[in-house]
Amino acid sequence: MVDAAEVIVEIRELSKSYRRGGQSVPVLENISLTIHEGEFLALMGPSGSGKSTLLNLIAGLDQADSGSVIVGGVDITTLSETELADWRAGHVGFIFQFYNLIPVLTAFENVELPLILTSLSKKERRRHVETALQLVKLADRMDHYPRQLSGGQQQRVAIARAVVTDPTILVADEPTGDLDRGSAEEVLKLMERLSENLGKTIIMVTHDPRAARRAQSMKYLDKGVLANAPEATLAECF
Amino acid sequence: MRLLVAYSFRNLLTRRLTTFLTAAGMALVVFSFASIVMLAEGLQRTLVQTGSADNVVVIRKGAGTEVQSGIDRYQAAVVESDPEVAFGNDGRRLAARELVVLINIPRKGTNSPANLIIRGISKSSLVLRPQVKIVAGRAPKPGLTEVMVGQSVVKRFANTGLGSKMNFAQRSWDVVGIFDAGNTGFSSEIWGDVDQLMQAFRRSVYSSVVFKLRDASEFPRVKERLENDPRLTLEAKRETTYYLDQSAALAKFLRILGMSLTVVFSIGAIVGAMITMYAAVANRTAEIGTLRALGFKRSNILTAFLLESLILGFLGGMAGLCFASFLQFFTVSTTNFQTFSELAFGFALSPEIVYKAMGFSLIMGFAGGILPALRASRMNIIEALREA
Repeated sequence: MVDAAEVIVEIRELSKSYRRGGQSVPVLENISLTIHEGEFLALMGPSGSGKSTLLNLIAGLDQADSGSVIVGGVDITTLSETELADWRAGHVGFIFQFYNLIPVLTAFENVELPLILTSLSKKERRRHVETALQLVKLADRMDHYPRQLSGGQQQRVAIARAVVTDPTILVADEPTGDLDRGSAEEVLKLMERLSENLGKTIIMVTHDPRAARRAQSMKYLDKGVLANAPEATLAECF
Repeated sequence: MRLLVAYSFRNLLTRRLTTFLTAAGMALVVFSFASIVMLAEGLQRTLVQTGSADNVVVIRKGAGTEVQSGIDRYQAAVVESDPEVAFGNDGRRLAARELVVLINIPRKGTNSPANLIIRGISKSSLVLRPQVKIVAGRAPKPGLTEVMVGQSVVKRFANTGLGSKMNFAQRSWDVVGIFDAGNTGFSSEIWGDVDQLMQAFRRSVYSSVVFKLRDASEFPRVKERLENDPRLTLEAKRETTYYLDQSAALAKFLRILGMSLTVVFSIGAIVGAMITMYAAVANRTAEIGTLRALGFKRSNILTAFLLESLILGFLGGMAGLCFASFLQFFTVSTTNFQTFSELAFGFALSPEIVYKAMGFSLIMGFAGGILPALRASRMNIIEALREA
């Protein structure tokens, strides 16, 4: 199914290095990768392997040294910072490890946040937010502040915030990293549903083989290059 | 925008104590600024209200005030005979020869002496000053050693109540009346018969001649005629201008004092606001990263934090003005440096003071918030997100 779908993310010879103490430390070296529409991809690898950096580059949060990242036909490596901000607002949904909800805003307002950057009317925004919260089964908690919700519920609100603009891709950085087993399971099921039922393209960075098991495909990064996953990891994931 | 304002406002509510302390610092600055400017405004209002636009005060050229002026009987008669002097109901000219002398009497409570104006009045003086109303007793009779006392004097000086005897100019004077002159400089004066006072103080000349114009618009011509008359060495001013000139120097001094103090204090308040806002930025680094990731631009972040700091300034300004407005219930007294006499006046709040104080407060908010807001807006998204 995946192979027949349209390519939504195309990464060509992507390299990125950081300067540390006057020295250039390579993080990603010549990565080439394609992700299809509706694919649920798990990016795995040991700490420092460059998987979060790759995710940040795909999400337009960071600038590559060379190579290109084409998402939905747009080469985002050519966009200016302001253009990138606009692009992210319309095309990327973020799911973070620590949910990153704004503590002073209610669940409803947190989900509404990305919509205020769009031209939607207040009424339309309300409709979108309610639909997104219904999707994550938290419509009855829309007036609660993040501190009044459990970790799992907060992550579901974050997922609602990620999908409310109907973005081209969803990027998730260790989405279950801060959750207990039960909540993690709920969140993963929700992501699986988003991918299978709603055809969302999800790129998820994870250390957790249980999380990777939910994905349709898995890529393994080691020392900045795509590599074959060790047998043990494969065995845990599949 | 609504969500942005809610975000900024709720963040301030979340850290109530810091918000309160920072806004209180700003409120203190606004309070001190407003109170001093209100004092200047009150002083000016008191002195300006003392005069009426259709009254003319004639004093010796270059004297500046009645205290330093001298007009002899002949000159006074020439002034009174000017064709533009109005006539009263009784057919007499509405002109008054007056004497202004300073005396030194003890204040209530402290017993420390202060200068007070004694004004020698003529028959027309009360008609010329309709704002002066006798609230107890009667006016002093010509030829008797009697005085009436302004209400501010009664409140602040010993032995000045109705029926008391005051000793000055080697005579004993009966207080036969109390007058209310509202919020004017006359309230801080003692009035008696001009001829009695001239004898008592051994003065041979009057201090001023005050008269009412038949037509207020004729003033420039009257002024020209009197000032160019070779028999006279006098100058004529509208009564309002005369008192405004008296208040100008002190009001200016108070305004400069207010402004300088405020500038010094405000540096402290701005630093306070800056520390608060820097702390807010540091505590919300992850939030900033999140907002930027979601697509909010640097300018949105700058606006949000600046808005927060402006709200702080607004709250501080409102609180400061609110407390300062209560000062309107107080009356203070000071020396009018033009006449060296005691003058009682209140704090007066005007729309201009409100705008200025609020403007000042918002500037403090802006100055305290701009650097932290710039820092917030310039954060690297990846590094900010790592703070989560």
